[in-house]
Amino acid sequence: MAGIPHDHYEPKTGAEKWVNSRLGIIGLIYDTMMIPTPKNLNWMWIWGIILAFCLGLQIVTGIILVMHYTPHVDLAFASIEHIMRNVNGGHFLRYLHMNGASLFFLAVYLHIFRGLYYGSYKAPREITWIIGMLIYLLMMGTAFMGYVLPWGQMSFWGATVITGLFGAIPLIGEPIQTWLLGGPAVDNATLNRFFSLHYLLPFIIAGLTIVHIWAFHTTGNNNPTGVDVRRENKEVAKKDTLPFWPYFVIKDFFALALILVVFFAVVGWMPNYLGHPDNYIEANPLVTPAHIVPEWYFLPFYAILRAFTADVWIVMFADWITFGIVDAKFFGVIAMFGAIIVLALVPWLDTSRVRSGRFRPMFRWWYAIFIVNFVVLTWVGAMPAEGIYPYIALAGATYWFAYFLVILPLLGVIEKPEELPETIEADFNAHYGKSKDDAAATPAE
Amino acid sequence: MIKKIALTAAAALAISGGAALAAGGESHIHDVQFSFEGPFGKFDQMQLQRGLQVYTEVCAACHGLKYVPLRTLADPGGPELPEDQVRAYAAQFEIYDVEKDEDRPRIPTDHFPENTAAGAPDLSLMAKARAGFHGPYGTGLSQLFNGMGGPEYITSILTGYTGKEKEEAGTIFYENTAFPGGWISMAPPLYGEDVEYADGHSTSLHHEAEDVSAFLMWAAEPKMMDRKKTGLIAVIFLTLLTVLLYATNKRIWKPVKKAAKEA
Amino acid sequence: MSHAEDHDGTRRDFLYYATAGAGAVATGAAVWPLINQMNPSADVQALSSILVDVSSIEVGTQITVKWRGKPVFVRRRSTEEIEDARSVELSALPDQMSRNVNKDGTDAADENRSLDDSGEWLVMMGVCTHLGCVPLNDAGDYVGPTGIGGWFCPCHGSHYDTSGRIRKGPAPENLPVPTAAFFDETTIQLG
Repeated sequence: MAGIPHDHYEPKTGAEKWVNSRLGIIGLIYDTMMIPTPKNLNWMWIWGIILAFCLGLQIVTGIILVMHYTPHVDLAFASIEHIMRNVNGGHFLRYLHMNGASLFFLAVYLHIFRGLYYGSYKAPREITWIIGMLIYLLMMGTAFMGYVLPWGQMSFWGATVITGLFGAIPLIGEPIQTWLLGGPAVDNATLNRFFSLHYLLPFIIAGLTIVHIWAFHTTGNNNPTGVDVRRENKEVAKKDTLPFWPYFVIKDFFALALILVVFFAVVGWMPNYLGHPDNYIEANPLVTPAHIVPEWYFLPFYAILRAFTADVWIVMFADWITFGIVDAKFFGVIAMFGAIIVLALVPWLDTSRVRSGRFRPMFRWWYAIFIVNFVVLTWVGAMPAEGIYPYIALAGATYWFAYFLVILPLLGVIEKPEELPETIEADFNAHYGKSKDDAAATPAE
Repeated sequence: MIKKIALTAAAALAISGGAALAAGGESHIHDVQFSFEGPFGKFDQMQLQRGLQVYTEVCAACHGLKYVPLRTLADPGGPELPEDQVRAYAAQFEIYDVEKDEDRPRIPTDHFPENTAAGAPDLSLMAKARAGFHGPYGTGLSQLFNGMGGPEYITSILTGYTGKEKEEAGTIFYENTAFPGGWISMAPPLYGEDVEYADGHSTSLHHEAEDVSAFLMWAAEPKMMDRKKTGLIAVIFLTLLTVLLYATNKRIWKPVKKAAKEA
Repeated sequence: MSHAEDHDGTRRDFLYYATAGAGAVATGAAVWPLINQMNPSADVQALSSILVDVSSIEVGTQITVKWRGKPVFVRRRSTEEIEDARSVELSALPDQMSRNVNKDGTDAADENRSLDDSGEWLVMMGVCTHLGCVPLNDAGDYVGPTGIGGWFCPCHGSHYDTSGRIRKGPAPENLPVPTAAFFDETTIQLG
């Protein structure tokens, strides 16, 4: 293991030795829990635990909902009402699952933005980043298919519109769409396969999560300075790090409890706030809702999808150069998936040698605009595609691609980074050395 | 205070009912202070019973409530009708019995009848399937303070008729200030004094509309009070846990931070 | 929160125990709903008690109703059936118990099995106590004197008399009488 040197598990009692010589489970748990962790991690490093909790919450509540749910177009909607009205505590479990998805995505976005700011994707953590991106993609697929299961109007029309994206691919699009749906339109076959996959994918996510953790336990955590932990020997490493248990476990649990206060307030008092009223109308293939809006966590990409209309010059150019194969519809699909691909490729697009945005004066501004842009895209994705909104979406989409394809590569060349601290220990001591009161002890960024 | 707001809301409703708003397609939903709003809100049992009466005597002619089991009329927190009244209420509707292959009177374990005769939508979830409040500018902030506005939407529709009619492709449309687009195909169902309340409560149009809206909110979300209670307990307990974890976290990090300070 | 610079071990321990305890309680409180959701739901529970209209049952006939997923026989017995059931010596019965949850622990006399004292109404589970088949009515070796009454299970040949008591065959017990009572003159409540 190339990890940070630390004390490894030594079985002491007879029983421990008996188990350890047969199965290294205690050692594995010990090494995982006692992993040396940079002691200057700030509050943006809590989202991993929140995400692990969300995955557990969704799997547990999901398995329970399956006990009462019926995946059939004639019965699905009624079976959800059965859960809401008859099953013991079913209404709360269902709302937990519904809003759990929102908490999951909120946490994953903050987790990703943390990584983007502190350069957590940079060498040697590219694999951690790529696995994370795979998890994110699977999350989107799982959430999308889960949203279809209640068989409301938004379920049905969301499924119709999103699978229609595949139909936009030239030549092979239609057969792919038909294959995905199991027929010419969203119907019982679609509902059943989405149900099956919605149950399967979370377990693949769980497996990938283990690989994700394995990867960054191999490289060691990044930290707010981006400076590497000194790892010549155990004694030096200890100056930069603290064991995960109890220092970071308790810290993370505190953050989790605080977030759960808000989460339960939402579930208890406004569980439908983030949902769409149309999904309380049973699916009707003959009537389309006035506004088809995806769940909030898809909105930035939905905005990018809709931004590239046929009157945008780059779309016209693509249409002309490819003899009409890449039309506006297909271009939008390429743009949407491209937006995620450039995000996944950021380890190779960012040319700066400095990891942390804390020491990159120009990057900080571009990054701030990137975050604002993300919020704007989320907002504009929910607005009707008319008036000024498509222009805002186009500007936002352009910035998204410019950030990854132009700004990040260029910044590494033209930017002059600020001076980095010598060590993590120095950063930590500098922070607490000047603070007089423990109450200000949160190195929030 | 609440009474004052309610009066203001009622006054606003009355004004909007009279003043014919320009048909700009923009719908006007007025906030109503329902008893079940807010973290401690509860359904008003008498109001639900009155709403049930309005539903039964007026709405049920065209609409159904197919997802609502009749027995829940006796559930605590709902209209809480006595068992014998629920049985009598259920028995006025027929249902086809598959096992006996014949129609029989409904019993409490059956659901409210479905009604598709006039092509009117089922009302079981109507109070959740409509949002009265939006925005501003798609931000959803309004809903954060006013709630989703489902029951308010229903109240506003029922009180939002201007009296104007028009005929299009053989269908008569009625102008309604609350309906998106301004023209609705449902004829005004309530005019005031459509029913006679046993408890002597006012049967003016907006009272009837609010009562039936409250009833439909209950029909759509019968577990609302349970949910709020569970949420409250969870929030209180998790707050306690948060405080304890905060203190523990402080305590654990204290020596580390002290060492850093002295370094 | 204490800002005192104390290093009092018990105080620190108390905080840790309180936190761990609160965490354990939170976990426990979260687990209970996960278990409870598998208990019968409200619609199932609502069917645990049903009303049976018996006004149209003629003397000497029975109806079969479904209750808690199983058949229940509601029989209006003729005087001959009642006399036949009440004239049997208890010693002749393989099962000496009434198997009536409304009169727990009583002997198998017909008076202890019928719903009313006169013996006109007999309510019992239509499930053979051998392996759970539904017995046929007015059949078997123990039909009443006029050829009606008595039950016979076709699966393995258990014979029940006009009181639903096992008389011959592999079934070990009398047909059980479920929780039942007159709700009003013409309605019986099961459960």
